[in-house]
Amino acid sequence: MNRFLSYEKKDTWIHELSGVTKLIFFLLWSLTSAMTYDTRVLLVMIAVSLVVLKMSRTQFRQVSFVFRAILVFMVLNVIAIFVISPYEGCRIYGSRTDLVRLWGSCWLTKEQLFYLFNIVIKYFTIIPAVFTFLITTDPSELAASMNRIGISYKLTYALAISLRYIPDIQDEYHRIKNAQEARGIEMSGKAKLKDRIVRTASILFPLLFTTMERIDTVSNAMELRGFGKKKKRTWYSARPLKRNDYLVLILTVLFCAVSLFITYRDGSRFWNPFQ
Amino acid sequence: MKKLGIREVVAMGIGTALFTVLTTVQIPIGIPNTYLQPRMAVLAFLSAAFGPIVGAVIGLAGHALGDALFYGGVWWSWVFPEAVVGICIGAFAGKFAVKEGGFDRKNIVLFNIIQIIANAIAWILVAPVLDILVYAEPAGKVFIQGVFAFLGNIIIIGILGTILMVAYSKVAGQSSGLKKED
Repeated sequence: MNRFLSYEKKDTWIHELSGVTKLIFFLLWSLTSAMTYDTRVLLVMIAVSLVVLKMSRTQFRQVSFVFRAILVFMVLNVIAIFVISPYEGCRIYGSRTDLVRLWGSCWLTKEQLFYLFNIVIKYFTIIPAVFTFLITTDPSELAASMNRIGISYKLTYALAISLRYIPDIQDEYHRIKNAQEARGIEMSGKAKLKDRIVRTASILFPLLFTTMERIDTVSNAMELRGFGKKKKRTWYSARPLKRNDYLVLILTVLFCAVSLFITYRDGSRFWNPFQ
Repeated sequence: MKKLGIREVVAMGIGTALFTVLTTVQIPIGIPNTYLQPRMAVLAFLSAAFGPIVGAVIGLAGHALGDALFYGGVWWSWVFPEAVVGICIGAFAGKFAVKEGGFDRKNIVLFNIIQIIANAIAWILVAPVLDILVYAEPAGKVFIQGVFAFLGNIIIIGILGTILMVAYSKVAGQSSGLKKED
């Protein structure tokens, strides 16, 4: 049933790291990957993140379904960019080298291919990082350590609650959907658009009601236990930052700073091999 | 952060979970890669019921988590507009009085005006601008995408969101349906 990425306990040094370390790594990593269009930096990032993914001993079966979903999304995005803006690459790199004529007056250019190649490898810098982060991080440990570095425990508690309830709500969703289908409500693509919206409502409605009830139950339970009365709280799964955590944090910050420096050194975020 | 009560904390948590789960529930409308997202109706509902902070957190965390868990990547330029929608609708939570059963005809009109404005800001302004600034995508493509997202979201929130709120308000209001005697 689990069609999404979830934590799996293993014994590697990456699993041992604090959740906060991995969260900061992931945020800085995706920031750097979003900012840079320097092909050399991106290729190095892919190599590093693949090594990290390998070290976390993640198996392909844990991530294969998500990997397929993202490939589909990526291909559609690249096609959309190409169809709507076939000369974006020429505009960015300031030159035009025609390769093949596609249709009418539309040419496939070297610059456009290179621009799209950069977009594709940007995806591949992020995918291994997301996989590593989500598969090696224990959700309750993450909430506990986020509180340790000064984020309000109410917010981290909200995060812990949501990670805790995602599987439950997913089960609930499937139960309601099966029940409605058993009553003869057609959910597939054959129905008309308006009917489909109304039928989605027939699932959403019970789901939202049980959710509102769940919010009441859980908040009553927490109120009875005195949640939110004090400024601080203790955590069962809290883990202090160790030597490896500091090492990883320092290396991450250094790597991202150097990457951004290399990218922006010539005043443009694009690395231009056409000049 | 003083107004963050227990109920709001729990609503953020469970609301985010619900929003995340509904990531994969999409209604295709015949245009490739464009879907109606029922989760937007849920975001609108929860923002209107619990206020702007809860709406913002559900939008941010829900979108980021949903992207990461189901698609293995986070498209940040589309995460933040989600919070804009939550904040705008949540700002009028007191007026809607969904949980108290006060969601009447006047509120339906107000809710839909606000959700159209909120979606316009989020998807026609914030999302494409972030796409261009952060990801350097072609302007034409991101604005076309933004307009489709805008249309899809106002349709789904307009129909599904309104239905959810009217119906919930009716049921929730029943227990507190006492009227003050003159």
